[in-house]
Amino acid sequence: METMTVFLVLILLTVISFFMGRKRSHTVTVGLGGARSLHSLPKHYGYMAALWALLPALLVLVIWLVAENSILASMIVAEMPAQVQLLSENQQGLYFNQIVSFARGATDASMLDEAQIQAATHYQALVASSSNMKALLVSLVAVVGALLALQRIRPALRARNHVEGILKWFLFSCSFLAVITTLGIVLSVLFEAIRFFHAIPIMDFLFGLEWSPQMAIRADQVAASGSFGFVPLFVGTMLISTVAMFIAVPVGLMSAIYLSEYATRRFRSITKPVLEILAGVPTVVYGFFAALTVAPFIRGLGESIGLHVASESALAAGLVMGIMIIPFVMSLSDDIINAVPDTLREASLGMGATMSETIRHVLLPAALPGIVGGILLAVSRAIGETMIVVMAAGLSAKLTINPLEAVTTITVQIVTLLVGDQEFDNPKTLAAFALGLVLFFVTLLLNVIALYVVRKYREQYE
Amino acid sequence: MNNMSNQHSSKTTAAIRASLKKRYRRERRFRWYGRLAVLTGFVFLFILLADIISKGTPAFTQHYIQVSVNLDAASLDLPSDPSREQLYSADYLGAIKSSLRAMFPEVTGRKEKRLLYRLVSVGAEYDLRDMVLENPELLGHTSEIWLRAHAEAGSYLKGQVGSDSLEADRKVKDLQIVWLDQLEAEGRTESRFNTTFFTQGDSREPEMAGIRVALYGSFFTLLVTFAIAFPIGVSAAVYLEEFAPRNRLTDLIEININNLAAVPSIVFGLLGLAVFINFFELPRSAPLVGGIVLSLMTLPTIIITSRASIQAVSPSIRQAALGVGASKLQTVLHHVLPVAMPGILTGSIIGMAQALGESAPLLMIGMVAFIMDVPHGVTDPATVLPVQIFLWADSPERGFTEKTSAAIMVLMGFLILMNALAVYLRKRFELK
Repeated sequence: METMTVFLVLILLTVISFFMGRKRSHTVTVGLGGARSLHSLPKHYGYMAALWALLPALLVLVIWLVAENSILASMIVAEMPAQVQLLSENQQGLYFNQIVSFARGATDASMLDEAQIQAATHYQALVASSSNMKALLVSLVAVVGALLALQRIRPALRARNHVEGILKWFLFSCSFLAVITTLGIVLSVLFEAIRFFHAIPIMDFLFGLEWSPQMAIRADQVAASGSFGFVPLFVGTMLISTVAMFIAVPVGLMSAIYLSEYATRRFRSITKPVLEILAGVPTVVYGFFAALTVAPFIRGLGESIGLHVASESALAAGLVMGIMIIPFVMSLSDDIINAVPDTLREASLGMGATMSETIRHVLLPAALPGIVGGILLAVSRAIGETMIVVMAAGLSAKLTINPLEAVTTITVQIVTLLVGDQEFDNPKTLAAFALGLVLFFVTLLLNVIALYVVRKYREQYE
Repeated sequence: MNNMSNQHSSKTTAAIRASLKKRYRRERRFRWYGRLAVLTGFVFLFILLADIISKGTPAFTQHYIQVSVNLDAASLDLPSDPSREQLYSADYLGAIKSSLRAMFPEVTGRKEKRLLYRLVSVGAEYDLRDMVLENPELLGHTSEIWLRAHAEAGSYLKGQVGSDSLEADRKVKDLQIVWLDQLEAEGRTESRFNTTFFTQGDSREPEMAGIRVALYGSFFTLLVTFAIAFPIGVSAAVYLEEFAPRNRLTDLIEININNLAAVPSIVFGLLGLAVFINFFELPRSAPLVGGIVLSLMTLPTIIITSRASIQAVSPSIRQAALGVGASKLQTVLHHVLPVAMPGILTGSIIGMAQALGESAPLLMIGMVAFIMDVPHGVTDPATVLPVQIFLWADSPERGFTEKTSAAIMVLMGFLILMNALAVYLRKRFELK
């Protein structure tokens, strides 16, 4: 049976259990004064029976789905002819895939040998019996669970507390998902990265000055051996982020100062949401804008004053990224400046300082740690930004700090390495995960430092 | 003595007076810097929007060319009494070509003929086929039929490419311009609203490409994202606000949520690739996986905003419910959540808007394929609107530039709608 059907059957069983549980709560109280003698409302007994039917069966279904494929595969592999058993893991996988795609009717028999066709029929039979067993087992577990719950129903049973206990566990696991996600990111990236470092020494990766990941996919192919030096990518990323910061920090910070210290309430209430539109524009739109409008414009501008500008210059990508980050810097600095106590402002103004003197000599020094924290957050944003650089920055890694040249970034390389065909035993693909690992930890570090600085800063004025 | 201090203070006053002008000037300058910064932001926004709109608007019109097409059996290569299958596979391209030759009898060279055929779209023959299948009485007559213009001819008719530029620099050639001018003078060209853009999938030809498939893909992906992120996000927020004890584990969860909010989106793509596609062997390019990845990405947003709005519910409501004997969970489910719901929905809509515009993690899980068929479920291969924009932005043809901008306008339209809905909900919530 299809998984969807099994799932629907399970839902049906759950609903039935609810009604049976509710009914049973009425029957056990006959002669004891009716529903009033129950500890909980009748529906709670229903919920309890339903949860007991649903949860264990759902667990069984999920485990079955996860384990099904690999168990079937190992059963088929065990029956393969002896000469196939001796093959390497890859060839075995290919042999097995041929069987599966034939069994599913995706390919015809011309490519297979006699043993494979036999195995394919066997596979079909196994799949059929597996799905039957799955349906049977899931329904069995659901029915048994419901019966156990039903049998426990007594007037004194604290069904509401029971149900609420289960629900609280559910609520907890939802919030624990955040930890699991982080763990999943770290483990999945780390696991593949370690495989990469088996092929390429970690020192060569971290301190190599050349990045050209083209390497032979097959052993007999003529190609460069590939070099995986991380430095040019890091410099490129930093170059583009620096250009972005040169745009975003002055504009964002000055806008925040103007809006919070000078502007009228009315002006502020119109201006701020309009500038925040910039934060809501999808990054792919910025990428398009950078690649098709800003880059040709800068190139033309450079040529008109006799400068050679690459058509995928770091300047164009950085400029547009800066525009994207303006509202981010603005709202962070706005928060920080507003957190400076008014007593400081009033003291300075009372001494006869002008507003700008107050801002420059009192507010900004007081807000400096917070602003630095905000800028670090913005830098981490810029480093992790993908679409703008994928569309507007270059592909070849050049070790330069000239913003008029084309450079490449970490995120661009991750995308180019992973889009298209992937071979998961090739350092070229695995390199993307190593880059992802570095990216994750660099942004994590920046965020942790920034959040720490900002929190310390706030505590100072609380 | 007194005199001396007076003299001294008057000296200071004089010095301050003298510096005042300079200080006020500096004050004014500083104020102008502030105005300039705000203005810069406005200018950037204006340029961005104006650029997109000016590039994208022409894509909503499509030019048609009126051709007198001879639809007799001979030119269609059909038997006298054709069946439906024969009608389906008849030689419409040949009919169009011979009709064009008949309209411009002076064209003889092979190269010139090829240029002539390029006036109408590659898709024109399929349009004509559909027309004939719908209206079989067209057969055997010569009728005036509007055929879809080729993207390059269309861009000349829209005035995007002028005849004053160098011929080598443009795709539409001098000869074609002469023909198009002639057709225009005879009233044989027409501009219509481009419905194809909304009813077709991706195509190699700009004039045949549309965003329908991408819209479906975005819809399915967002559906999965919402179905996962909303219940889990709200549950997590409820737990953290109402039930979580103050201990190390809770701190760990909170730190993780805050960190996930700042993790680059592409890292979520790596997670999706390694875990859902490689380990769980879910189908590549499917909205299912895209939705799961995006839901993990939007969870922090939903949790953080939901927590804020649960926190904002007045404690008196909780105390009243607890006071009449409700359990903690009943208090939350029956009283706190309904009051907090508009705020939670606002946050979720903003999270969904983020997910709608996101493309980087979807590139990792293979949602970049060239897809022409509308997906029918969450496991069919699909692409989403931002990724379609990314794909089109890569195409060098001029026609795709305007299609990209038009798709961006549609995407931004949806984002504005979602944000407007969020603002509306927030306003209603505040009135309460």
